[in-house]
Amino acid sequence: MTQPYTAATGLADGEWHRMHKATPLLRGGIAIIAIAGVIVANLRERIVNFFIGTPDYPSGDPVDVIVQHDFVWQAIGIAAVVIAVCVGVFTLSWRVQVFRVTHQAVELKSGILRRQERKARLDRIQGINVQRPVFARIFGAAKLEIVVAGHDANLDLAYLPSNVIETLRREILRLASGVRAEEARRSDTRSPSDMRSSSDARPLSERSESMGGSTPEQAAPFDSPAVPFDLPAARSGSTEAAAGRSGSIEAVPARSGGGDAPKASLRESARGILSDRVEEFVLPADLDPDAAPPESVVRMHPGRLAGSLLLSGPTIVMFLIVIAMIVGASTGRLWLIIIIFPTVLSLGGLFVRRFSKALRYNISGSDQGVRIGFGLLTTSSETIPPRRIHAVEIVQPLAWRPFGWWQVRMDTAGHTRGRNSAGEARTTTLPVGSVRDVQRVLPLLLPSMDDAIRDAIAHAGMVRRADQSAFSSAPSRARWLRPFSWRKTGYTIADGVAALRHGTLWRRIVFVPLARMQSIEVAQGPLRRVLDLASADVHVIDGPVRGRLPVIDVREAEELFAIVSAGAIAWADAEHPATKRNDETDGARDGVAGTAEDGTGGDV
Amino acid sequence: MSQRLDVAGPDGTMQWHRVSPKYVVVVIVSSLISTLIAAAIAVFAWLVLAWWWAWIALIVIVAIGIAQLIIAPRRARAIGYVLRDDDLLMRRGIMFQRFVAVPYGRMQLLDIERGPVDRMLGLAELRFVTAAASSRVSVPGLVEADAAWLRDRLVELAESRRTGL
Repeated sequence: MTQPYTAATGLADGEWHRMHKATPLLRGGIAIIAIAGVIVANLRERIVNFFIGTPDYPSGDPVDVIVQHDFVWQAIGIAAVVIAVCVGVFTLSWRVQVFRVTHQAVELKSGILRRQERKARLDRIQGINVQRPVFARIFGAAKLEIVVAGHDANLDLAYLPSNVIETLRREILRLASGVRAEEARRSDTRSPSDMRSSSDARPLSERSESMGGSTPEQAAPFDSPAVPFDLPAARSGSTEAAAGRSGSIEAVPARSGGGDAPKASLRESARGILSDRVEEFVLPADLDPDAAPPESVVRMHPGRLAGSLLLSGPTIVMFLIVIAMIVGASTGRLWLIIIIFPTVLSLGGLFVRRFSKALRYNISGSDQGVRIGFGLLTTSSETIPPRRIHAVEIVQPLAWRPFGWWQVRMDTAGHTRGRNSAGEARTTTLPVGSVRDVQRVLPLLLPSMDDAIRDAIAHAGMVRRADQSAFSSAPSRARWLRPFSWRKTGYTIADGVAALRHGTLWRRIVFVPLARMQSIEVAQGPLRRVLDLASADVHVIDGPVRGRLPVIDVREAEELFAIVSAGAIAWADAEHPATKRNDETDGARDGVAGTAEDGTGGDV
Repeated sequence: MSQRLDVAGPDGTMQWHRVSPKYVVVVIVSSLISTLIAAAIAVFAWLVLAWWWAWIALIVIVAIGIAQLIIAPRRARAIGYVLRDDDLLMRRGIMFQRFVAVPYGRMQLLDIERGPVDRMLGLAELRFVTAAASSRVSVPGLVEADAAWLRDRLVELAESRRTGL
């Protein structure tokens, strides 16, 4: 029994493996459902007519032609051939689709006519997402999405047996952290200059290379790169029974998988499969029977979630539209009622979708990164390795203010803005939560910050009556531009993280780890010049979060520019010691500064 | 009384590299073209569509065009860049000032672009692309040889300080 199972778990062994056996059905099944949907939609009238019995079809309909010319059997035959070809193609594509996980990369080969080979380097993985669509869950399958930066660059392993997918995810993350740590070990770890600076931010005149101060370098989050395959030997309960179908994942060269499992255990395994399926739907989305499941630090409150959805932008707008329609209908324009119904229906649909998605939300931290789970029937759970979060935002719309609710969002390299509803949801880290919930989530997202400092900053940002000295404030003349929020427009920098806050209708506190910011901008137009003000923008990777400060004193803006631009280099160096410049380039640079003057400056 | 934004270096001064003086021509030509197009639309509206108020728009357009021509040399001079130890500093604009600092390690890609007027004058524009779309850093009006040299130099610097994503 253990033999095939070991073969199934050791997916990260550098060998080529196939996908779950149900893959052609799951992939093709979706296409077949779509085709059936189109046919039904087209034949709807005909079916209605068939039952009501008014056979006056317009001529030229293909079905008409078939019926009239007695081609029914031929048509059915052609349909059968088409379906057979489809099944054949999907099966063939399953047969040629193989993946492997090596010490450097995850590789996927697919395609029959157009062969595609996709390789995701382990040190470039931005996150790993396990998606379990309802349809796939019925078959005990799940999709492993390896998130890589870039448009449409993700590597999807669809579909894998859901009982091995957790192990595979952990293996890949462990290998990836091993690769990262290996890189980090190549040169000495140097800590950046202590950039701590709160309200009285001073410009950083020189970057000292002292070892003192806080360092963003965390403990290397892996056990041992030498033995990366020390898998847990067996998993409890359900996995034993699952051995019977583990043959679906077999090493391609040696096909000995689970095919020769003892017959006596077949019935038992069948029962096991059944209980497995039930279990999968009963258990929470992100529970994994093997490693002690990390406890979610936040519990989603159904009432609060419903309230937050009722008070969110789209629902408010929709409600206003519906009210306007009812008013219109009551004043004699009865045709508006016809429009109200679908509007209410779609509003309800949106509400239910968002509610069910966020209801079983969970977030937890582990040494391999932050883990965020969503979804009721179709579930997804994503793990983001440390240092992959580019910006974090705590935001509060005006309507949530009386209740003290906040939302947490983030920018990562893997998800680009406005791709689809899933992409939107994945940048939402905490759909709604109290101040205390936010305080629990932030340590997972900003592990490099000192707990006390981070708590103080977040508390000052979120609680009106709290001590506000953590943040700088815009000068009072900024009230001409920001009449309501100038007092709460400011920044602070601590532990290599810049925290910016601003906003009236949406109060925002944005945290940007300096090691991952892209560039810094300060700007001044004529209006701000008259008021001795400027604006600052810490550019981060594209996403819902922007690090902008609309008003700031001119001199403070210059200070911020100096501190952040120096910090961006110092903290990035501390995180990537392997790429630190060595003495040779140091000397070269001095020489080049002169050449630059001759080369480009000479012409001016 | 109003204070201009100015990013000073560590020692209080900054040696900005200015772009080629020939770049003024590019600025003048582009502002002339945009003025001519806008003026043509206004004339069309005035004479053909007989919108009487279009001549006010025409006057405004011409006035803006003349103002642009007058400040063109200053606009060209306002563009500057500095190669600091670990990052590239860029400035632009007089009315709307903008300073950007991009660490070398964050550069993803460098582009050299040459428009038709640029080509006639032997100039090129160097664009820097980071992972953030809002960075928008570019140095126009470089002599072609300098642009190529600067690109190679920046690639080299970016290589030695690569931080990845």
